[in-house]
Amino acid sequence: MEPTRESQSTPHRPPVDRPTLLRLLAVAAVAAGIGIVIGFLIPWFPPAAATQAHTIDTLYYVLIVATVPIFVLVTTVVLFSAWRWRMRRGEERLDGPPIHGNSQLEVIWTAVPSALIAALVVYAAIVLHDIGVKQPGEIAIGVTGQQFEWTFSYPKYDDAQGKPIVAYALYLPINRPVVFEIHSVDVIHTFYVPAFRLQEDAVPGITTSFRATPDRLGSYPIICNQLCGYGHSTMRATLHIVTAAAFSTWLAEHGYSPSTQTAAVQTGGAATRQTAAVSDWTRYAPLTGAQTASKEGTQ
Amino acid sequence: MIARLRAPGLHRGILATPLGIALAYAIVLPIRAASGYHPVLDGTAILQVAMITSPFAFLIGLGAFDYWFYWAIGRPTRPEDHSSHGARSWKDYFRVNTDHKVIGVQYVVHSFLYFMIGGLFAMLMRVQLAQPGGKFVDANTYNGLFSVHATILIFLFVIPVFAGLANFVLPLMIGAPDMAFPRLNALSFWLLPIAGLMLLASFFAPGGSFASGWTAYAPLSTTAPIGQVFFTIGVQFAGASSIATALNFLVTIITMRAPGMSFFRMPLLVWANFSTSLLVVIATPFIAASQFFVLLDRALGFNFFSAGHGGDVLMYQHVFWFYSHPAVYIMMLPGFGIISEVIAVKARKPIFGYRMMAFSLLAIVVLGFTVWAHHMFTSGMPAWIRDPMMITTAIIAVPTGVKIFSWLATLWRGVLHMDTAMLWAMGFITMFTLGGISGVMLAMVPFDLHVSKTYFIVAHIHYVLFGGSVFTIFAGVYYWFPKMTGRMYDERLGRWHFWTTLVFFNITFAPMHLIGIQGMPRRVADYSTQFATWNLIISLASFALGLSTLIFVYNMVVSWRGGPRAVANPWRGMTLEWQVSSPPPIFNFDSLPTIVGGPYEYGVPGAVHAVFRDGAEVPAPAAGSLAMATRE
Repeated sequence: MEPTRESQSTPHRPPVDRPTLLRLLAVAAVAAGIGIVIGFLIPWFPPAAATQAHTIDTLYYVLIVATVPIFVLVTTVVLFSAWRWRMRRGEERLDGPPIHGNSQLEVIWTAVPSALIAALVVYAAIVLHDIGVKQPGEIAIGVTGQQFEWTFSYPKYDDAQGKPIVAYALYLPINRPVVFEIHSVDVIHTFYVPAFRLQEDAVPGITTSFRATPDRLGSYPIICNQLCGYGHSTMRATLHIVTAAAFSTWLAEHGYSPSTQTAAVQTGGAATRQTAAVSDWTRYAPLTGAQTASKEGTQ
Repeated sequence: MIARLRAPGLHRGILATPLGIALAYAIVLPIRAASGYHPVLDGTAILQVAMITSPFAFLIGLGAFDYWFYWAIGRPTRPEDHSSHGARSWKDYFRVNTDHKVIGVQYVVHSFLYFMIGGLFAMLMRVQLAQPGGKFVDANTYNGLFSVHATILIFLFVIPVFAGLANFVLPLMIGAPDMAFPRLNALSFWLLPIAGLMLLASFFAPGGSFASGWTAYAPLSTTAPIGQVFFTIGVQFAGASSIATALNFLVTIITMRAPGMSFFRMPLLVWANFSTSLLVVIATPFIAASQFFVLLDRALGFNFFSAGHGGDVLMYQHVFWFYSHPAVYIMMLPGFGIISEVIAVKARKPIFGYRMMAFSLLAIVVLGFTVWAHHMFTSGMPAWIRDPMMITTAIIAVPTGVKIFSWLATLWRGVLHMDTAMLWAMGFITMFTLGGISGVMLAMVPFDLHVSKTYFIVAHIHYVLFGGSVFTIFAGVYYWFPKMTGRMYDERLGRWHFWTTLVFFNITFAPMHLIGIQGMPRRVADYSTQFATWNLIISLASFALGLSTLIFVYNMVVSWRGGPRAVANPWRGMTLEWQVSSPPPIFNFDSLPTIVGGPYEYGVPGAVHAVFRDGAEVPAPAAGSLAMATRE
């Protein structure tokens, strides 16, 4: 009790001495290191099944490295203050030192985060550009959302009637770049493939798109990620990434008829269709009742 | 009896409400008959008109417009005799009252009522999600629960509770006897119960409550059952309340500061509410517009948002987020102000970098208007917009970071009084930092492409709005409770409330980051079994989080009824609200204060923030900040 009163001959709390400050920084650095290690050990992501997914995962781990130390620093200072500067008995009437600011410090904590953020933004912009680059040999896949199911169409692969193959599960050949042309016939849905780390809204009236290059065999969930009504949580489909051979078999089973394709090319129809493929979204229209009936009728 | 029913008040308001409904019939039936619609009597059409007419009938009955009506038709207005100022019994809180302190209490209590309701809805949702395949409610009810949960916690809790706290303390802080427009102030409050009841009443609508989320994206909202209109119109009343209050704050702050209170002598809470009010006045009309579009689409077939008829689906989102992104700052800046007050007083130090704190608020106001499309990175908008929005979104972290670091520097070498309000403030700094960090991550478009609309977003907004806003609200309520009620709260229960909330808040929301990145979408009534374990943990923790709030409610109710009497200045604060009695006198100041220094000059020998005109009130300048404390 008495010593405390003695020490108050100086009216305010003394500044932190250099060794204490260094120890504090050391503790913060160790804690940040542990935080980053934990950040790397947690199994954050579902399996990655596209080249784009790996790039995005890397971005996330860079973000962990960049941001965990900031949280640790803030928390360390809060905990240190609570421990070191807590009001003790006999200090009820004591005030802190009247420090109103420190321009140097304020410039530092404006400039350093700005630089960090600028670096992250540049990196993220590069990643964003890279994952959207058109790859050679790309095939277009139509994706149509409607309450509450997904329909996929393959405008590159026509059946015997010259209509694109339509399916309720998405089959993609491995290592073949695809561009999804996404539509909706009613309300907004989101075509979300967690294994690709990519999603885009299906918006009535416009075509939206994103690119992906599948690089891992297997089956993965496709999720509607925009609230679309009472059936929203059941609006799921499955993505199957298969080998090129299996994809050809699947196409054949679904009525792909290469001969009509060839015929179309010979008559010059292919050129028309290729230009139409991106702009004319009616080609991706989902199965209407009539189409379904006629399709079943042919089988 | 008749005279009593004719007098303005709740009786007359409730009696007038059916007249509003009758007016809706009188408007709709002739129009439908003349236009040849069949059937002429259409419940949906009448309901939509009645939702606009009956609230106005209620407000007119309540007497909210009496003065203006008398003035408009040239009848002698009843001079304000201030008989309605102050509250002598609990009944006075149920009347139209023009006293900013009564209105402040009305706001805060009303908001916490909706806090409890919104929290209850959250727990009902967590019952449904406790295990996959939950059968507690059907999917449509579930969609309604989270839509109403978000809507009432945003529009009926966070926004108005800040308006309420500021209503009480802001005029006191700047040395004003009341707000600039007391009648408008009363009207602003009474719009809120209308909005709240309307949102809750939607559960009784045919087809269930509105279930398109608080975002109400078109065309889901324009094609939804009639329950949606309860959102569309209810939000208009909450928004009107918000705009009127913001105008009131702006005029009060600009014109009613005590002599000597320059802008840079204002407490940061005043700065924060000045900034917030700028945001509200500029941004809130946009959500009003978005909902008028929806209403016109639904009621009159305007086709603003029908793709096949020249409508533009994405336009809804742009207009909506042009308000709703600034709205997150409307829900955060007043909290920044509260934290600055609490930390300066409880650390016994001046706020570090006061001017930078004020400028960073203004920077957030300006930048807040440039980032709205970051909610739309996956919406299908033109891809080029992503880059500028990513840049502005990341930049806004800088002024926010300046505030965090300045608070930390204020703590440094202070004498920390670690009581309940301070615990909430320090808890806020850490939790809000986490929310800010996940915000910076989400600004990085490629990462957002993966986690947008997943539970990662749910985690982020709850770290920002619960760990952020709600923590500051609790800090503010504990801090000003003695001033507002004249009673002290139970410190021990306050600490229990803080620690239980902090622990269960984190157990509830931290795992959501993980399941979000693993690909669990939000707004789903059912989910894949791979997320079962975490969801069970989250549900259990959320129930405990809900229970922790009961400690708060018990503490507040019991302390208000029978807590120890509070002295005028229990925290030895320098700002003006602590220089008057607890609770303050009816007209706030018995003599006009003159401001002679900054608001946070703790530790400066002889520093005084304000002196009072009559000589006896001038504090002895000898003992630094203790000078003000001697007035207790």
